[in-house]
Amino acid sequence: MSAAETVAGGSGTTVDDAEVARFSAMAAEWWNPAGKFRPLHKFNPVRLAYIKRQVSAHFGRDEKAPDAFAGLRLLDIGCGGGLLSEPMARLGAHVTGADASSTNIEVAKIHAASSDLAIDYRATTAEALAAAGEQFDVVLNMEVVEHVADVPLYLEACAQLVKPGGLMFVATINRTLKAYALAIVGAEVVLRWLPRGTHTYEKLVRPQELLEPLTAAGLREMERCGVSFDPLRDRWQETSDTDVNYMMLFSRPT
Amino acid sequence: MGIQMDELDVLVGGGGYVGLSLAVALKQADPGLRVAVVDMRPREALSKDPRASAVAAAASRMLDRLGVWSKIAPHAQPMMEMIVTDSRLRDAVRPVFLTFDGEVEPGEPFAHMVPNGHMVAVLADRAEELGVELITPDAVSGFASGPSDVEIRLASGAVRKAKLLVAADGVRSKLRDLAGIGTVRWEYDQSGIVTTVAHERPHEGRAEEHFLPSGPFAILPLTGNRSSLVWTERRNDAERLVKGDDFTFELELERRFGHHLGKLSLDGPRYAFPLGLTLARAFVQPRLALAGDAAHGIHPIAGQGLNLGFKDVAALAEVLVEARRLGEDIGALDVLERYERWRRFDTFRMGVVTDVLNRLFSNDMDVVRAVRDVGLGLVDRMPSLKRFFIRQAAGLEGPSPRLLTGEAI
Repeated sequence: MSAAETVAGGSGTTVDDAEVARFSAMAAEWWNPAGKFRPLHKFNPVRLAYIKRQVSAHFGRDEKAPDAFAGLRLLDIGCGGGLLSEPMARLGAHVTGADASSTNIEVAKIHAASSDLAIDYRATTAEALAAAGEQFDVVLNMEVVEHVADVPLYLEACAQLVKPGGLMFVATINRTLKAYALAIVGAEVVLRWLPRGTHTYEKLVRPQELLEPLTAAGLREMERCGVSFDPLRDRWQETSDTDVNYMMLFSRPT
Repeated sequence: MGIQMDELDVLVGGGGYVGLSLAVALKQADPGLRVAVVDMRPREALSKDPRASAVAAAASRMLDRLGVWSKIAPHAQPMMEMIVTDSRLRDAVRPVFLTFDGEVEPGEPFAHMVPNGHMVAVLADRAEELGVELITPDAVSGFASGPSDVEIRLASGAVRKAKLLVAADGVRSKLRDLAGIGTVRWEYDQSGIVTTVAHERPHEGRAEEHFLPSGPFAILPLTGNRSSLVWTERRNDAERLVKGDDFTFELELERRFGHHLGKLSLDGPRYAFPLGLTLARAFVQPRLALAGDAAHGIHPIAGQGLNLGFKDVAALAEVLVEARRLGEDIGALDVLERYERWRRFDTFRMGVVTDVLNRLFSNDMDVVRAVRDVGLGLVDRMPSLKRFFIRQAAGLEGPSPRLLTGEAI
């Protein structure tokens, strides 16, 4: 997430102990459910449940099986510290975690190693993966589009990463007045769940702005749903209201 | 180089009915989970508990779902009826203020009296049959929680790793102390005397609770012409009675029990245990969850200790199995907090209710007696309220974990 980053050693370079210590501390921070990334931890169960249900239905897997994703090749774009990549790997998927920030990738690698999970973490971008011709059964594009510079160009690259018969999940925040009130003023200013400036109103993305470039790139929308916070039960849940947080599911026809 | 022991998913400290039923519930819902139970007693001594417990309908539905109720049922006495009286010892006739018909559904009694030892033996067999590792006799001597697992040192010198450690080691939980989790404790100047008596005439499945000035005196039906007693006395009196000779004990017993079931004789050892209310300040911390009496030891007045423990088991098993289905780390604090949120309020409420009941009924002031008798009389005349109480006692009110309604997780 920080702007100034040095790419940590490409292949078999000497390891800087101070750097490792710094990354370890950051990994602890990423993975502390009560810490700085608490909102993401809180958000995780609802999106995990959605992904589990949809992937299981699409690929004919048993939704209740703890290894339902065995054998599926899955890409987590903008994986951060690996909050989604690790559950996906536990479910049996062969996970590639991609993040433009090499710091995030180092942090994610350290944590996956301590969790005994084999995840292919790479400091790279969707565009670079597409250019290399990589394809996946499932592409997760969660809470990323609202942070990229050129949405249509980015989505075009993401679409290329989906195998025929594969799925892409996109989760983001709608550009509505309600979203401005809840996701920016509410979450950043009033509740301080997120640091000020995490989201910029102009960069929020309407469903139509996902639909058009992805359809043009050969994907088909399967479903969409809203996600909202239930303060009484202290958890996020699926709703039909897509005005603020929402998720869309696309597939590439075979 | 020592032998590399297999990493576990869940290690349960304590092989009583809470620990064993949790292991069975987890293993049955998710056979891929690696589960072990450690207990300081040898395997065959796990079933040596001579006491009996009232198992509420919700709990027996869970035991049925876990595949053990059919083996427990032959030794279980259904409670068909419950009466409540409010009396002084010298009262020749104890007016019955409250009677409950004990069915929650046609043919399903609200509770059964079950011998603890037999229940634990059946659960231990079932656990082994499902592939739960029973580590006995051994005990947890220390543990250290890390970012992805907890390293557990056993008294035997073995070291095991698990994703989650569960403390089901009773009201004086050593694991809770090792974790540094404090408790809130109210002491009563009362002890519970527990024993079994044989009587001449059949009890017809009737449970009796007599509110005597020193505290409640409960007669709970066992199979055959036998009953289990939970007899509350002031602490010193209880000690004296239990340690004294049989003759005095039987004499005092008869004064309280009455003669309606004919001649009485003692049919088991007698124990006295101090009564109190112990609530853990937290039910979870990273990689540790408390269940059963380790989380909450309540006054036995309403017979809810065991049933609260089974509720913990059902809720914790459901939370963990669902977390595994989503690929989550089952020892992570945010997962465990779902269990804590689910159980804490219910536990606290039950603790307060039993505390208030005890203070209200262990009292000989005329005003208090008059108020509670009017209250009991009112309850007796209101069928819907009685039904609510009976469903409460059966554990069927409030949002239930799936196992308690007899469903699979």
